[in-house]
Amino acid sequence: MSARELLVCSGTACRSAGAVEVHRRLATAVAESGLQDEVLLVETGCMGPCAKGPVLRVMPDDVLYTEVRPEDADEIVREHLVGGRVVRRLLWAEEAVSPSDLPFFAHQRKNVLANSGAIDPGRIDSYEARGGYDALKRALTEMTPEGIIEAVTESGLRGRGGAGFPTGRKWRFTYDAPGETKYVVCNADEGDPGAFMDRAILEGDPHAVIEGMAIAARAIGAERGYVYVRAEYPLAISRLKVALEQARERAWLGADVLGTGFAFDIEVRIGAGAFVCGEETALLASIEGRRGAPRPRPPFPAQSGLYGRPTLINNVETLANVRTILRDGVEVYSAVGTESSKGTKVFALAGQVRHTGLVEVPIGTTLRELVFDIGGGVPAGRELKAIQIGGPSGGCLPAELLDVPIDYESLTEHGAIMGSGGVIVLDDTACMVSVARFFLDFTASESCGKCVPCRVGIPTMRDILVRITDGEGTLEDLDRLKELAGLVKSTALCGLGQTAPNPVLSTLRHFEDEYLAHIEDRICPSGVCEALASSYAIDPEACRACDQCAKVCPTGAARGTPGEPPYAIDQALCIRCGACFKACPFGAVMRGAGS
Amino acid sequence: MSTSALSERIAAYAGRPEDLIQVLQLVQEELGYVPEEMEERVADALGVSIGRVHGVVTFYHLFRTHPAGRHTIRLCLGTACHVLGADRILAAIEEALRVSVGDTTDDGLFSLDVVRCLGTCSLAPVMMVDEDVYGRLTPERVLGVLRTYAKREGRSG
Repeated sequence: MSARELLVCSGTACRSAGAVEVHRRLATAVAESGLQDEVLLVETGCMGPCAKGPVLRVMPDDVLYTEVRPEDADEIVREHLVGGRVVRRLLWAEEAVSPSDLPFFAHQRKNVLANSGAIDPGRIDSYEARGGYDALKRALTEMTPEGIIEAVTESGLRGRGGAGFPTGRKWRFTYDAPGETKYVVCNADEGDPGAFMDRAILEGDPHAVIEGMAIAARAIGAERGYVYVRAEYPLAISRLKVALEQARERAWLGADVLGTGFAFDIEVRIGAGAFVCGEETALLASIEGRRGAPRPRPPFPAQSGLYGRPTLINNVETLANVRTILRDGVEVYSAVGTESSKGTKVFALAGQVRHTGLVEVPIGTTLRELVFDIGGGVPAGRELKAIQIGGPSGGCLPAELLDVPIDYESLTEHGAIMGSGGVIVLDDTACMVSVARFFLDFTASESCGKCVPCRVGIPTMRDILVRITDGEGTLEDLDRLKELAGLVKSTALCGLGQTAPNPVLSTLRHFEDEYLAHIEDRICPSGVCEALASSYAIDPEACRACDQCAKVCPTGAARGTPGEPPYAIDQALCIRCGACFKACPFGAVMRGAGS
Repeated sequence: MSTSALSERIAAYAGRPEDLIQVLQLVQEELGYVPEEMEERVADALGVSIGRVHGVVTFYHLFRTHPAGRHTIRLCLGTACHVLGADRILAAIEEALRVSVGDTTDDGLFSLDVVRCLGTCSLAPVMMVDEDVYGRLTPERVLGVLRTYAKREGRSG
């Protein structure tokens, strides 16, 4: 066995930052130093700190290097692997050698993500060496289907895809449903903008999902499973397919698993780009080769799902939790979390936050810990305005609610939802009315059109928001918005429509003053809404004197000398057309909020 | 793949209407889009109506009904990208390539699509060109990326 492991993060984010080349150069450097027998170079899944990529970790020394460039490879090999000296300039922070020295990692608790970033997702040996498939073995040799369902129920695991339905109960319903043929479906159609945990799990630890599906199949009595994964995730698809092939070779999938007579296999179905297919009945329609339109429930998929058979549908993260429940036992699993929400939750941190990336925390952790202790807060000089959580079905929570614990009930109480775990941090440059409009643009265009409340109600609400951001809103519009929101929520056919008003309702609730400013004062306090802009100015720090603003300015108000920053805008000549704002390649033109 | 080879592969799905989306994905993978005459051929092979095939093609965003450019740009307009200025990136691409969303440039080099979320929010604003992800875009950087593709094509062509 190799004395050292060099773990190179090869998640989508690190790859796009150059991880593939870093890996190649490291391999060359290791070979040139004659260390190939002592150092094992591993391409892993996501380690979490995507903003710092490419990242790599040396084990067992437990040293984390960040923002590694290909040309750093020789130095890492020469200094660290040969010389035994840490390359300090590549550490995240002075004196922060190991991940545990960094608040970003110290405040996390990795359960579902424990393997991601630590193993080679392309090698089943790597997974098995860390106890992989032990839980399936237990499920097949020591437990009855009833016993498995009981364990999952007692663990308190709830669906991680959004609604938080108790997983054990879903399994029980499908188990109880009459029928010879049943199916297990993994929902990997991660459509919420801002969520990327399922992609990371499939890229970093695909066998955990396969194992979870096999355990579920054993529990409910299914012989066939499907993973419905979106086409936008090519790397996740290819890693999943490799993992499935290996699991078949090792007979963890197939006609007779472990000689127990248990038969189960999984097919991959690739989505074709439709957000609504994340809704379970729409997803099933899509697997059946039809338009992804939802249908009324009941009957629930547990009774009548894929091809009319009882079908268990769980999301990627939910299924990845399953093996840890069987491995650690119900008590250990449910010791983490809150009274009503057990275990950990993976969150995708993005937006105006310093340490964007993928993190996992016990349920019940506060938003403050998530955004500030782990996320490092908003960029310097800015102030936190809101946290958008739960995507287009969720809501925006204001900075005053930072101490709210993240669990299903608390978030719902304040107008957001847990959702799939996308967290977008918004600083004081964000306009909350525009954010609400953004989400309604999204849901309006993703509505399948089957039911009237969603097809007509959402665009009508969107049009009101457009009026408000265009400076033409009235106070009656606010009442109308609330009324429509209530209607759509209570009458839409599926989850897409029923939750679509949430971004509007939560911003109305927590940021009503911004709506009023747009309507009564005709001001966009953050200077986002073009129609309400009262002035434009150039940030002297950001200006690079490229002359683009002067070229497009119709009145000659924007001017300066090419190559000699900064340019400036003559307010007496400016007609506030916004042309310079759009033309500036450096984002140096600022929109004023007006008076 | 020749048209007849493609027809043969489609024929393998005969009588399996549940595989319609997979067959259409196969067609698009080979031809870059789903031409109208292929809708008919697929319908015949699988034993479903043309209406159903056309309904599926037009329902899902990823199916194209017109030829794609040699490279497909997919600009993300998800939440994180939106708040970090994706609209300015879009404007920069549209202006530089003289192309609007859903269309292909006159020289056939690029098709421009926008997508709902690429799940690479930590690098927002983000786009994919074919299967490669480019993050932390600025109007300046995006033009640089597009130039490298154009240059490469110029050399090879």
